[in-house]
Amino acid sequence: MSKIRIATTSLAGCFGCHMSFLDMDERLVDLLEHVEFDRSPLTDIKHCQPCDIGLVEGGLCNAENVHVLREFRQQCKILIAVGACAINGGVPAMRNHYTVQECLEEAYLNGVGVDNPMIPSDPELPLLLSKVHPLHEVVRVDYYLPGCPPPGDAFFSILSDLLAGKEPSLPKAMLHYD
Amino acid sequence: MHLAPLPSLAKQPSADHLLHRLHQLQEHHRYIPAETLAPLAAELGLPISQIEAVIDFYNFFHRTPRGCFDILFSNCTSCGDLALMQQLCELLDVQPGVTRADGKVSIDQTSCVGMCDQGAAALVNGRTLTKLTTEQLPQLTALVNTATPLDAWPVGWFSVQDNIRHAGLLINDALPAGAGLRAVLQTDADQLLAEIKQSGLRGRGGAGFNTALKWQLCRAADAPEHYVVCNADEGEPGTFKDRVLLTSFAQQVFEGMALCAYVINARHGFLYLRGEYRYLLPSLEATLAEMHATNLLGENILKQPGFDFDISIVLGAGAYICGEESSLLESLEQKRGVARVRPPFPVTHGYRGQSTVVDNVETLLAATHIAVHGGQWFRDHGTAQSAGTKILSVSGDCTAPGIYEFPFGISLQTLLETCGGLDAQAVQVGGPSGTLVSREEFGRKLAFEDLATGGSIMVYGAQRDLLAVVRNFTHFFAHESCGFCTPCRVGTPLLRKYIDKIAAGHGTAYDREEMVRLGKLVKRRSHCGLGQTAANPLLDLLEKFPQVCSERLLHQDYEPFFNLDAALATTRDLTHRDDAEAHLS
Repeated sequence: MSKIRIATTSLAGCFGCHMSFLDMDERLVDLLEHVEFDRSPLTDIKHCQPCDIGLVEGGLCNAENVHVLREFRQQCKILIAVGACAINGGVPAMRNHYTVQECLEEAYLNGVGVDNPMIPSDPELPLLLSKVHPLHEVVRVDYYLPGCPPPGDAFFSILSDLLAGKEPSLPKAMLHYD
Repeated sequence: MHLAPLPSLAKQPSADHLLHRLHQLQEHHRYIPAETLAPLAAELGLPISQIEAVIDFYNFFHRTPRGCFDILFSNCTSCGDLALMQQLCELLDVQPGVTRADGKVSIDQTSCVGMCDQGAAALVNGRTLTKLTTEQLPQLTALVNTATPLDAWPVGWFSVQDNIRHAGLLINDALPAGAGLRAVLQTDADQLLAEIKQSGLRGRGGAGFNTALKWQLCRAADAPEHYVVCNADEGEPGTFKDRVLLTSFAQQVFEGMALCAYVINARHGFLYLRGEYRYLLPSLEATLAEMHATNLLGENILKQPGFDFDISIVLGAGAYICGEESSLLESLEQKRGVARVRPPFPVTHGYRGQSTVVDNVETLLAATHIAVHGGQWFRDHGTAQSAGTKILSVSGDCTAPGIYEFPFGISLQTLLETCGGLDAQAVQVGGPSGTLVSREEFGRKLAFEDLATGGSIMVYGAQRDLLAVVRNFTHFFAHESCGFCTPCRVGTPLLRKYIDKIAAGHGTAYDREEMVRLGKLVKRRSHCGLGQTAANPLLDLLEKFPQVCSERLLHQDYEPFFNLDAALATTRDLTHRDDAEAHLS
């Protein structure tokens, strides 16, 4: 039987969810019996091939995030929004209280210690969206894995369920944070 | 001074009510300046944090200055007309919600102001404008720009009609003052309780709890103090019966409170009046004074030794949730109107933890009539589980909007024939938190056994866009959510987002399914009735009028919630870019 292909990426996130993914520890070894990684920081593959599961960390803050997310949606049968930023915008969405113009002016024109103030303009730099958005506002999302970050056990649980062909369901203990 | 002075609460254990002090500050400064908080906190013996929380909770209090004329247009589907608001904004050069630079005027929306039979309606500095039309806007503009005091505005603009179209048991017979009390004092409290029990009277606010049982439980409760509270926070859009009862039958309502007090041994009662009905204060105060003068209130009422009872009026400040009895009690206690966990119920742990009866205006009016005419007289009308009559507020697309009193059990069809609403495609019974009824179901009966209602009947004619109606209700709940529990605080704005997307023509079948899933979750998991009913209009619409929604859906798997390319417009401008990478399709 061929292995389940998984792709992972971090958009407007901190890679904390990916670090937490690694907290599956020795269970990763067992997992690799059944899965292989496509595009992911673990493989350094730049573009997604058709996959079974896509794990996306972080929200959408710029045009490139949108392109990557669309690629994931197109290539992955099941797309999972991973962590607070992917689900709600999270910390990056704190800029939503300000206009994107105010943010850029603060960072590049008026900020303390700014040398040669100017807002950068380079086709290599993705443009910022006016607000930071959660994933489900731009593509259809199949499952949500909440947490900041979701615990390693939660990753293991949702992947085990999917590998077993079951509808994923996290026990309350994994959704209870205080 | 444009407004009726606020009632003094000197008789109340705490001399002055926070809501009234905030109303006064808001009026005087047009906002509540930060520097007034510490002195107020010291004077009332309340934490500053509590005062700040209260300011932020109620819609009529503001932290930044409103205009000298603060005009709030109702956004109710019956008494609201936001096109008029837009026109006035243009005439006065104001953005909605933003005070004009010269400080003269601010314009905004507010939830239903209870003038559904005589809209379009608005509040200007707390006073009610009815029957607004496009034609009067230029004159209104001139009055604002010349800073003409409200007392010099055309008097007719502020006139509020009763519009009683069909009277019955309760609004037919103007009882002589004190008739109920005199009848009861000839026997005793047990006898009155027996008559109320015999009458089968159930609460008129909508929930229909047995009134005699409520009074009996309160009476039996072992608490040092007992209180009667009359819930006149009539906030359900489309409801205006209490407005009329308090205009023309206030004396009998207060008498009903005194009767309840007699049964439960209360010495003090409150009328919690919604802020939108502030214009009723002078007449209500006069009625109370008159009742004092004739010994229907005060000490040793009608010379009955030891029967002491007084009523204070507390004025709300624009919060729908305060119509929920435990939120109302919180508000009476000078706090944010957040619903309490129940049980314990107010009959044992109500106002200040004491045993309290909270009854609707109409329930108390009925109690007075029952005291005079007896329980059987009332029981002879209505249906098996719904005794007596119901006073209905009919509004919307009908020829004769107004007040209709009918015995319980009347069919919607009969009501529509009487009010001239036969053209209706749908009727919202019981307000947004009630039931959307389609034409096929017009044979259904208005009664607790079938269609329960606190009195709101909103008629929607064939021309109405029902999706717009339900969208209005969904916005209403998202706005009025008190923010205490997550399912409602987060869920109601999400429902708003989905219905906005569908109404704008960007929704897909997937969005509709997600909206239903979310709606059921909000309904099941919310803390109080607001959240538990917030999704009803949406779910009713999808069940009974599926085509209204489906015909607006896009035939594709998914469509984003916002225009991606437009979301890059600002940064395109700031970086002077227009290359392919600077766009999103």
